[in-house]
Amino acid sequence: MSAKFKPGDKVRVRVGSPPGHLRTPHYIQGKTGSVAAVHGTFRNPESLAYGGDGLPKQFLYLVCFEQTQVWEQYPASRQDRLLIDIYEHWLEPA
Amino acid sequence: MPRVHDRGGWPDAGPINKAEHDLSMWEKRTDALLMLLARPTKRVLRVDELRRAIESLAPDAYEKLSYYERWITAIEILLIEKGILTRTEIDQKAEEINIHQS
Amino acid sequence: MHEHEHTHDAHAAITEKNELTYYEKRVYAIQSLLVEKGIVTADEVRRAVEDMDSRTPALGAKVVARAWVDPAFKARLLADAKAAVAELGIDTGALSTLVAVENTEKLHNVVVCTLCSCYPRSILGVPPDWYKSLHYRSRVVVDPRGVLKEFGLEVEPNVEVRVYDSTADMRYLIIPARPAGTEGMSEEALARLVTRDSMIGVARARRPSES
Repeated sequence: MSAKFKPGDKVRVRVGSPPGHLRTPHYIQGKTGSVAAVHGTFRNPESLAYGGDGLPKQFLYLVCFEQTQVWEQYPASRQDRLLIDIYEHWLEPA
Repeated sequence: MPRVHDRGGWPDAGPINKAEHDLSMWEKRTDALLMLLARPTKRVLRVDELRRAIESLAPDAYEKLSYYERWITAIEILLIEKGILTRTEIDQKAEEINIHQS
Repeated sequence: MHEHEHTHDAHAAITEKNELTYYEKRVYAIQSLLVEKGIVTADEVRRAVEDMDSRTPALGAKVVARAWVDPAFKARLLADAKAAVAELGIDTGALSTLVAVENTEKLHNVVVCTLCSCYPRSILGVPPDWYKSLHYRSRVVVDPRGVLKEFGLEVEPNVEVRVYDSTADMRYLIIPARPAGTEGMSEEALARLVTRDSMIGVARARRPSES
């Protein structure tokens, strides 16, 4: 199994509110950022949360977002960033 | 509409209360119990399950309960769900406990 | 006062408080039953509490001080924090992965867990109430500079502020910037400048002149 994305890739966070447990905050869904790091593979918390085995493991990425892209009201002058760990199945190429 | 635990960017969030409190003994035990039960060698619960159980609390309960009140409620939910304990036996044992431990 | 025969805790003490709260009773009942059923022992709980008590920000401060004086250690810390802190005898456990990020003149990092309260407990101990609060979780992602200001920290406009939202297994430890005027200080003295809040990112490390 290989990682779908590599550092530098532009990715968009999927939008969704499936029932159950998930670790993709609502505020980042639909936003576009870039992969800062590939953390490796981890069991899926969405399954672990219900006693599942969390397999197959998912690649987990540190994704970097420009704050001005995430929040409408963020001052345009700022170069600030937001970094979030996101599982591969929540990301698509942008 | 984000779920009650999904808190990033919520509007109307006010000033941050910086007061801190030392954990009471029951809070420490709650924390210790979770860490113990989640240990890979015991694997009675997973932290992911704890989170899910906390997230399942009714929104007003989530917001009103203190941090460790949420934890112990969630631990209870999970232990019952997994058939390890029953509510009846927890209720009975809680009734019996009539000394104050510190 | 009378002692209940199911009390297993060697550290139980009787105080004057009249009534246990609902939640206190719940946790004691649950622990008691788990011990009866052989799922945990009272000793295990006691040791788990002791382990928790042994984790304090002093551990993190020790790591930061070492990183300040030893650039090769800092490089190892930034590459693989778990292995690096193990060199100092600190075991970060199996439940999460420690990641160190450093603050510089150009970059200020701050950590949050908007979904719950994930925190580098193995190196900092239990998080402060405010870190777990709904308001911190809501505001620091959308207005980090405003939140930092509330903590008394003003970040220059030309310095990038980065917020890490800990949503998975990574636990972020901030390496605050080494303050000016600390040349030649011992690691021990340096560690005393490193506050918990500076390792979360809502404060800078103390200067030697500050008490």
